[in-house]
Amino acid sequence: MAPRLVVIGNGMAGARTVEEILSRGGDFDITMFGDEPYGNYNRIMLSNVLAGVEDESGIFLNDLSWYADNGITLHAGRRISRIDRFAKQVYAEDGTATPYDKLIIATGSRAFVPPIPGIHRPGRGYHQGVFAFRTLDDTRSMIRYAREHERAVVIGGGLLGLEAARGLQNHVSQVTLLHAMGHLMNTQLDAQAGAILQRSVEKLGIEVVCDAMTTEILGKHAVTGVKLSDGRVIDCDVVVVAAGIRANTEVAAASGLVVERGIVVDDQMRAQDEPDIYVVGECAQHRGETYGLVAPLWDQAKVLADHLTGRDPQAAYHGSRIATKLKVAGVDVASMGLKESDREDDETLVFSEPRKGIYKSVIIRDGRLVGATLVGDVKKVAFLMQAFDRGLALPEDRVELMFDLGGPPAEVSAAELADDAQVCNCNGVTKGTIAETVHGGCKTVSGVMDRTRAGKGCGTCKSLVAQIVEWAAGGAVEEDPKASWYVPGVPMPKPELMAAIRKYDLRSVSSVFAKLVPGGEEDAKSKMGLASLLKMMWGDRYIDERDARFINDRVHANIQRDGTFSVVPQMKGGVTTPAQLRRIAEVAEKHAVPMVKLTGGQRIDLLGIPKETLPKIWADLDMPSGYAYGKSFRTVKTCVGSDFCRFGVGDSTALGIALEERYQGIEGPGKMKLAVTGCPRNCAEAYVKDLGVVAIDGGRWELYVGGAAGAHVRKGDLLATVESPEEVITLTGRFLQYYRESANWLERTYAWVPRLGIEHIRAVVVDDAEGIAADLDAAMAASVAAYRDPWKERAEPATPGQFRTSLPLVVLPQVPVR
Amino acid sequence: MRILGPVTDIPLGEGRTYEVDGEMVAVFRLRDGSVRALSAVCPHRGGPLADGQIDNKVLVCPLHLMAFDITTGCSLSGISDLTVYPVTVDADGHLVISSLTASEVPS
Ligand code: SRM
Ligand SMILES: Cc1cc2nc3c(=O)[nH]c(=O)nc-3n(C[C@H](O)[C@H](O)[C@H](O)COP(=O)(O)OP(=O)(O)OC[C@H]3O[C@@H](n4cnc5c(N)ncnc54)[C@H](O)[C@@H]3O)c2cc1C
Ligand code: SF4
Ligand code: FES
Repeated sequence: MAPRLVVIGNGMAGARTVEEILSRGGDFDITMFGDEPYGNYNRIMLSNVLAGVEDESGIFLNDLSWYADNGITLHAGRRISRIDRFAKQVYAEDGTATPYDKLIIATGSRAFVPPIPGIHRPGRGYHQGVFAFRTLDDTRSMIRYAREHERAVVIGGGLLGLEAARGLQNHVSQVTLLHAMGHLMNTQLDAQAGAILQRSVEKLGIEVVCDAMTTEILGKHAVTGVKLSDGRVIDCDVVVVAAGIRANTEVAAASGLVVERGIVVDDQMRAQDEPDIYVVGECAQHRGETYGLVAPLWDQAKVLADHLTGRDPQAAYHGSRIATKLKVAGVDVASMGLKESDREDDETLVFSEPRKGIYKSVIIRDGRLVGATLVGDVKKVAFLMQAFDRGLALPEDRVELMFDLGGPPAEVSAAELADDAQVCNCNGVTKGTIAETVHGGCKTVSGVMDRTRAGKGCGTCKSLVAQIVEWAAGGAVEEDPKASWYVPGVPMPKPELMAAIRKYDLRSVSSVFAKLVPGGEEDAKSKMGLASLLKMMWGDRYIDERDARFINDRVHANIQRDGTFSVVPQMKGGVTTPAQLRRIAEVAEKHAVPMVKLTGGQRIDLLGIPKETLPKIWADLDMPSGYAYGKSFRTVKTCVGSDFCRFGVGDSTALGIALEERYQGIEGPGKMKLAVTGCPRNCAEAYVKDLGVVAIDGGRWELYVGGAAGAHVRKGDLLATVESPEEVITLTGRFLQYYRESANWLERTYAWVPRLGIEHIRAVVVDDAEGIAADLDAAMAASVAAYRDPWKERAEPATPGQFRTSLPLVVLPQVPVR
Repeated sequence: MRILGPVTDIPLGEGRTYEVDGEMVAVFRLRDGSVRALSAVCPHRGGPLADGQIDNKVLVCPLHLMAFDITTGCSLSGISDLTVYPVTVDADGHLVISSLTASEVPS
């Protein structure tokens, strides 16, 4: 019978060790116990789940079928409470005993929650509104609660706290980060770097308070605020504690193992004086060190697997040199080794450009890199990490450590990496593994990422992974639309693409392919995005090739599941008249329209119209198009406002109509849906629109941008408060134009606004910090002037057979009726 | 042989549907000047393929964006393939398609 291997802890270290054992053909009868009721997931990605950029389903590393397929007995949701080292058995909380021949303890850590008065509720766990950030369940309940609340406080300004704060911004409108020390990330950064980081974080709209000692959590039934030692009270309804971690060592200690800060192990990861008990991951203490990152546990798992399977019984772990990266979109931070020099003869280089949020420092000792910090610009991180990890010789020109000064191109650095150099620290993938995968026939970057998981953790190594794939494929990388390209078929991000279009005066989609794609190859999936971009850039001077349009834009209607179309006439601001209603009713009757429906956009939809009938319906309706089909300006929902409503403080209907009249039909990278509401009761749902206008007392108007209530729900950010409807109209145009010019294809404002940051958008759109406001206004005015109602195309088709049916003209063979 | 009509009935880079011997055929005029004919109905959920977008290699169904090789009809999205029909443009600029029934019955 195969020896029985029992693993306590089904987290990242436990599951990885088992994977390593299986990949070495280790023959064990494996049983795993996990406190959490799931398979194994990537804990690192919880930050991304909180930030809304990753689905829960995307973070699972091994689902339950993996355990079954590998003959592993998994007890998910079962906690081990005791180990009997003499009888060689572990006991679960329900009293059941499981015998082992070899035991691995991989119980990880838990959040450290300081004993602040009010943080717990007697006998009930955390106070209502207080959360730790460690597990999937923590993250889920935090999201659920935060969504229904407004203000969050995060306690702890380290990596985890920063990621929590950024993620929470996705769910609440105000986030304050409290840090007990003098500067952020004080474990990794010196004071100067910390201060620069703080400014960048504040730019994202997170309020930061350093030297903040929290003395009490306030609130009777639920959190209402936190109190600081200086007496200050910060109102909030959500508190997230990210004040550090503590190793889960209680079970080991109670069972008689040697425990200090972690469970003490030797170089084979064996618990002290225990021939058959091993420890990996955050709960292990090796040569006095405990680790709080994943990179060391990949090394530990390999050593332990080599040792246990007999592949290399002498395999030894010598400790890890760790590097940290912050996973906060918009703020790049990487650090490794020493943060400050502590010897006189160290060489230290520091570069700091606070205005741009950039700080770089490196510390060199005896010609070797012993520490580096990068804030704001981490382009050199891959190189520095290799130099640090392997003690490589450093360039004579030390400044090359910080900047690319016409240095070697990227491919050379990919070639230079050692085969066993770890590229993805989140998932422990080496250059060798990536190269093997490519040689095995997988030649796309995304394919390699899927297979090896490289780049699928925090994502900061993606560009290095891409370089290695390119290098390994010897230039034969298969087409792999880079995420940064505007459309998949033209290898350029938006700014470059727009510059090239201008430079070469490219006014049609086919000319873009011919000029900007190597080989001139056309790409069906890129046509729609390019058509929209060119139309925005050239207005009247755009050369309109109809085949570049998606069917909806060819026939100005939305294609439906059966190949018919829907017709939504414009109804500005949701206001209609008896005459209009009568006409719609008559048209619907005359053409036997299968369904007439009120839309969620405050107008009327005629559904199920055959393509060939569209021109007739438009003629009979004689109303302009409502653009319910395009990636374009859609609707302005309004409420009755001051004309009729007893609470209205502004004429929301009039302003809504004016906005729709001016910006109707403007195409963009995504849909643009607006609303104007007559008071903060918000009956027109303006807080959740791409741009929402709210009338407030005193004749003023608030503009909210980046809101959403579709696939994604987000409250808009306040862009500005203005005095008059005219200002609303101007700022709306300028905001939309800036969005049109800088958002990615299909990127709605709810993603674009947080990506750029509301502060930045406000600076450009309201304060004209970049001096482009006049250009934006002029470009928008040109687009407005170029507007033509597309439904006028009814008299003469734009192309032969524009409205000819594409549906079956004859009855197709049917499934025989029995 | 059947003449479907002038090739200029199909705008460059677009497709139109024709009925041939009781079958629905989508004919496309590629931007490189050549023509292709394939079954007109998407095997996925019956999407009207002539309303799809094309380039010189690929046809994309308008409903759920499944892609097909426009020359071989092979699905690039892991569903059934499309039937391909032989189509040409004659000296007068007319689309000519060989009779489907004839091509199916080997003589
Ligand atoms: C007709 C309508 C539903 C209704 O009966 O009320 C509708 C119908 C469709 N919506 Fe919608 N949406 C309609 C209001 C909305 C709203 C509410 C609103 O506009 O205030 C939303 C949430 C607001 C938003 O856009 O964020 C909405 C969020 C979506 C989304 C999710 C967008 C997102 O990124 O979150 C999609 C999918 C997409 O855009 O990719 C979508 C896509 C669709 C499409 C176009 C699906 C498609 O591509 O074929 C549907 C067309 C059905 C058809 O056959 O005609 N529809 N859709 C509404 C038309 C409003 C109008 O008068 O123009
Ligand atoms: C939000 C977040 C972001 C992070 N980001 C990064 C990052 O970017 N980079 C990085 O390197 N690291 C990051 N980390 C840290 C990283 O996740 C950990 O280092 C890693 O998960 C440690 O693995 P582990 O297996 O030791 O512990 P865990 O993954 O915590 O696994 C331990 C498992 O054991 C279970 N367990 C505990 N006691 C028992 C018991 N008695 N019986 C049964 N089961 C038990 C626990 O429930 C848990 O499932 C992040 C952590 C968090 C929370
Ligand atoms: S929610 Fe929108 S996209 Fe979904 S079925 Fe309804 S109309 Fe269609
Ligand atoms: S019907 Fe063609 S892709 Fe779905």
